[in-house]
Amino acid sequence: MSVATHSARDISSIESILRNIGPYNEVPDEYNADEAAEALRTTTVLVIGAGGLGCEILKNLALTGFKKIHVIDMDTIDVSNLNRQFLFRPKDVGHSKAEVAARFIQERIGDEELKITPYFGKIQDKPLEYYRQFGVIVCGLDSIEARRWINATVVSLVDSELNNLIPMVDGGTEGFRGQSRVILPTLTSCYECTLDLLSPKTTYPVCTIANTPRLPEHCIEFASVIEWPKHFPGRKFDADDPESVQWMYETALARAKLFNIQGVTKQLTLGVVKNIIPAIASTNAIIAASCCNEAFKIVTNTNPILNNYMMYAGDESIFTYTYAHSRRPNCPVCGNMSKKVIAKNWWTLDRFIEEISGKQEIQMSSPSLTTAEKSLYLRNPPNLEQATRPNLAKKFNTLVRAGDEVVITDPNLPISLRLTVEFTGPEVEPDDVNSSLM
Amino acid sequence: MLKIRQLQKKKQQEAELASGSASPSGSGSRTDSPAKVSGAQLRLQKDITELDLPKTIKVTFPDSSDFFNFNLQILPQQGFYKGGVFDFKVEINGNFPIDPPKIRCLNKIYHPNIDLEGNICLNILREDWSPVLNLNSVLIGLNFLFLEPNPNDPLNKEAANVLVKDKSQFKRNVSNSMRGGYIDQTYYDKVLNI
Repeated sequence: MSVATHSARDISSIESILRNIGPYNEVPDEYNADEAAEALRTTTVLVIGAGGLGCEILKNLALTGFKKIHVIDMDTIDVSNLNRQFLFRPKDVGHSKAEVAARFIQERIGDEELKITPYFGKIQDKPLEYYRQFGVIVCGLDSIEARRWINATVVSLVDSELNNLIPMVDGGTEGFRGQSRVILPTLTSCYECTLDLLSPKTTYPVCTIANTPRLPEHCIEFASVIEWPKHFPGRKFDADDPESVQWMYETALARAKLFNIQGVTKQLTLGVVKNIIPAIASTNAIIAASCCNEAFKIVTNTNPILNNYMMYAGDESIFTYTYAHSRRPNCPVCGNMSKKVIAKNWWTLDRFIEEISGKQEIQMSSPSLTTAEKSLYLRNPPNLEQATRPNLAKKFNTLVRAGDEVVITDPNLPISLRLTVEFTGPEVEPDDVNSSLM
Repeated sequence: MLKIRQLQKKKQQEAELASGSASPSGSGSRTDSPAKVSGAQLRLQKDITELDLPKTIKVTFPDSSDFFNFNLQILPQQGFYKGGVFDFKVEINGNFPIDPPKIRCLNKIYHPNIDLEGNICLNILREDWSPVLNLNSVLIGLNFLFLEPNPNDPLNKEAANVLVKDKSQFKRNVSNSMRGGYIDQTYYDKVLNI
């Protein structure tokens, strides 16, 4: 029996997986068990989300032998989380999920080497640079918007030489169903490539809601879509405010009485307006387990990783299916790598457009250019063209900072083109023609 | 990561073959944080700069750097609503194109598919929205509502009933309402283009 040094946790069971090269190892010649064990110890993993999936993921990663874990979550603990988010106790209600989860795991596992760094806030708060430190990112999110953001971020980190490629493992559950997937940015399909797989939110036609309600849901939608904006113009409904929820419930109930519809309850009201899907703890456990195994395989190279999408459906008996979702060539996020262009400091925007339009590989007829912050020049619609036309005569380096991403769309291009701009040369165009040739 | 490195190499070789020559490698990556463009903005820029609208639809942007909020005018040249100018506000959220654009009519108008608060009943704005549709299709759809009001999916039930029962009465009601006036004790905004 091996005795662990210091107070480090005994990971002999994991060591045996690392030491024995199995028949499925894809890189038997290069594989080295010591390096794999070292990678497990030194790779920094980012866990996004410390909720239902996140609690499972954190626990699994820590017990699998990862030593450097960061966790981000913007939420605080709610009483309704306690049934499945097992790192939290009633006394933790109101506190940061990330901080409480990190402390719990740290105390429970009691491993001096293990360091869990929590961040209580949004993923969008962190600069691009922050994400570069991670070897793997594991997501247990419930929001499409957050997934799209982190996906676009990891894709944008990859440079033209394919450096800084951070694998991302994404898990998601919905009742008895779930999926886990591995995204190798720019190599395999990204989250944005598969947006069309998402099942649309349940919505009801406004006309039905307004005139011929049949279901309790119709009455609640009536209260939320038609009555709320009428009574509280300009105010967004806050599902965490008990008074607003009560108002919504009463309004829906009155509507239901009018049409003799049964079944409007406070719980259903909350479910409809918040679009709540029941969470099942065991589905979270299954998906989180799959995600963590993938993270382990990515870092250690012991076994082939998931290629690249595993769906799990437990609502009708049980069914799983794994397939390789292919990349979408015209994906707006990963279908086009950001290309680097060098602009002269003395160029105007007009000159810049002229220069890039002439390039063989770009070939544009009427390009429109923007950055994340502002529109540079837009060809269409007419009043935007007029509003942005004065920019054409301005110096390009007063509109864009070095390193900014410029997005170009053109009717000739099936996708949008992303250019990262760098500047060289003097501020004023040199008189001597030869000097500009360098 | 070993497997991933293999995949990287393979892809680079493919890229080099495709471009015919190896790209000049060199300068290291930047260390500060450049401004990033969101997926929604990428898609929206494409949708907006490629709008191809009939003369009866006008879009105006109060802020030329904000694609997510803009105004819309529909000026029907034929049908019941000929001569009217109808104002709309379009709001698009960061989850576009998963979430459809939100469009609201700013005038109080007499229309079977638009209620007095400006809510619009158009299937592709709600239950039939899908990310494969684009902004252009939604605006064309909205324009169509003014050419062919649909009495089968009413939001303004009274208007729909009149349209079904008596077309010429409906026509009179529309032109009266567009001049600014009362129909069945409800005042409608003046939207005539004079």
